[in-house]
Amino acid sequence: MKKNLFLIILFYVILKPSISFSLVEIDITRGNLDPMPISVSPFFSDRITDENIKKNLNIENLGLEISRVIENNLEKTGLFDAIEKEAFLQKPDIAHLKPRFEDWALIKSQVLITGKVTSKIINEKDYINVEFKLWDVLGAKMVDGFSLTTTPRSWRRVGHKISDKVYQRLTGESGYFDTRIIYVAEEGPKTQRIKKLALMDQDGFNTKYITLGSELVLTPRFNPANDKEITYMSYFRNMPRVYIVNLQTGKQKVVGDFRGMTFAPRFSPDGKKLIMSLAKDGNSEIWVRNLETNIQEKLTDHPSIDTSPSYSPDGKFITFNSDRSGYQQIYVMRSDGSKVKRISFGKGIYGTPVWSPRGDLIAFTKLHKGKFFIGVMRTDGTGERLLTENFYQEAPSWSPNGRIIIFYRETKTDDKGQGFSAKLWSIDLTGYNERLVSTETDASDPSWSSLLGN
Amino acid sequence: MNLSKILKNVFLVVIFGLIVTACATKKSVKTTTESTTTTKAAETQKADPIEKLDALMQGDVYIGSDTVGELASGVPDRVFFATNETILTTASRETLRKQAAWLRQNPDVTVVVEGHADERGTREYNLALGERRANAAKDYLMTYGVSSDRIKVLSYGKERPVDSGSNPLSWSKNRRSVTVKAN
Repeated sequence: MKKNLFLIILFYVILKPSISFSLVEIDITRGNLDPMPISVSPFFSDRITDENIKKNLNIENLGLEISRVIENNLEKTGLFDAIEKEAFLQKPDIAHLKPRFEDWALIKSQVLITGKVTSKIINEKDYINVEFKLWDVLGAKMVDGFSLTTTPRSWRRVGHKISDKVYQRLTGESGYFDTRIIYVAEEGPKTQRIKKLALMDQDGFNTKYITLGSELVLTPRFNPANDKEITYMSYFRNMPRVYIVNLQTGKQKVVGDFRGMTFAPRFSPDGKKLIMSLAKDGNSEIWVRNLETNIQEKLTDHPSIDTSPSYSPDGKFITFNSDRSGYQQIYVMRSDGSKVKRISFGKGIYGTPVWSPRGDLIAFTKLHKGKFFIGVMRTDGTGERLLTENFYQEAPSWSPNGRIIIFYRETKTDDKGQGFSAKLWSIDLTGYNERLVSTETDASDPSWSSLLGN
Repeated sequence: MNLSKILKNVFLVVIFGLIVTACATKKSVKTTTESTTTTKAAETQKADPIEKLDALMQGDVYIGSDTVGELASGVPDRVFFATNETILTTASRETLRKQAAWLRQNPDVTVVVEGHADERGTREYNLALGERRANAAKDYLMTYGVSSDRIKVLSYGKERPVDSGSNPLSWSKNRRSVTVKAN
């Protein structure tokens, strides 16, 4: 047996390079301590294109900007190390036609990305065409690429789509760059916080405010089946209720007709149902509302607090937290409310369970010995892993590929009650690569969209 | 400095560390009082705020008067709760009986009972907890003769603290239900 194993390993080692591209694949299941050196050449553009883009977007060198979007995305994964552009020996236009691989190998680049931007006029409207190529420097060949045409103002999205392609090609996992984050923007003193819904690209750009801050808003969440739609909770007219908003039309509607406070909303994976809590007469239960038939149904029936429900990606199960055991713990039930089972048994209290889009894990917040943790466990409660510890943090939300968790963290105030802040952070499932997610204001309650449609 | 002295100092540092850690957890005040004598011996300056805290909290329920407003003259507007609890203390029941008496005398007044939680819990759970606390107060007002249609309940969870501090005393002031005139 041992000999066989040895042979299999040997076989693998010998054959692997020839059965795959020579391009080194990155293993993202571990913390990557040795990022892959990568060069993102500025995208080339001709003079006419430059003039048109200057006129349209007031940007001097769009090709350079697009390359920076890609570079920034890839670097933030912690898996890649972008080489300084000053070190590049070859001009962008020539590199895009046919790189001199020795020059790129010389600066230790394993991967090269090149591209070209061309302005176009179709039906008297301005467009840009962006072409990109992914090159394996060591294998001396092109391994991927595409070309797409879009409106000039969508140029950042082009950068995100290229980043997704590169990430997918090099890690074997789908990307998460062409996505948005909906969150609550916060301002003002802790005792009188002003909160607005805000939407931004995954990398912190193109922030748009959806509400004005005149009423308290909390816990926005994307519809995983429709990136134009979100649900959230608002204190409009001092009636805390769950709403659904269409981000394109701005139209919003209250969900259901409940006597009592509705909160903690989340869409089902197909976007056709909404689960939420209803608090009434001192008791919170989980309800589901079918958004097509408008039939609503109570799923839990217990005098304790049942809240923070989240569907499994196949829609068959719901995880939630309940204090029916005395303290907040995580439970799983079938989506019809049957077969309720407690899954968290570690020390401390557990809340905000969120099912991974891959289905295998549940992310949660844990309070233990006065510290807050973001962690993951398997859906049966085994294999608990704590990813990060702090004074206060909660509300994990998964990247669409289930590799990264975004959450918010609040700071402890000093003796005078000063120094409060709330910020978004992200961390890899590995527990490595913890990062501040830049936002224009203080921020909380992030929710990550699926990969954007067109 | 001999060895026993060093050991004693180490011991005091450890104890102090334990107190600091304990402050962040649920049964903070009990632990703090129990260890006060040790701390006093170590550092008299540190003992003062702890004694002061003791006078302002019972268990971890706030019993002071800071932040407390009036629903009417001589009628306090709020009651306080222990961590994660919705049980009304003796003092809370007394306050609510005063509120009920005043409301019976002023039958045209309607109120909103706002339920609040401290910042040491997840947002959604705290919304539910605030609702539970406000209803605990509402139920008590009802047993003392205020009809339910005069009392609206509104949970703010942890969204509207009165004290922005990040310490057990501040948190105790924020775990509250406040009766506010609605008309």
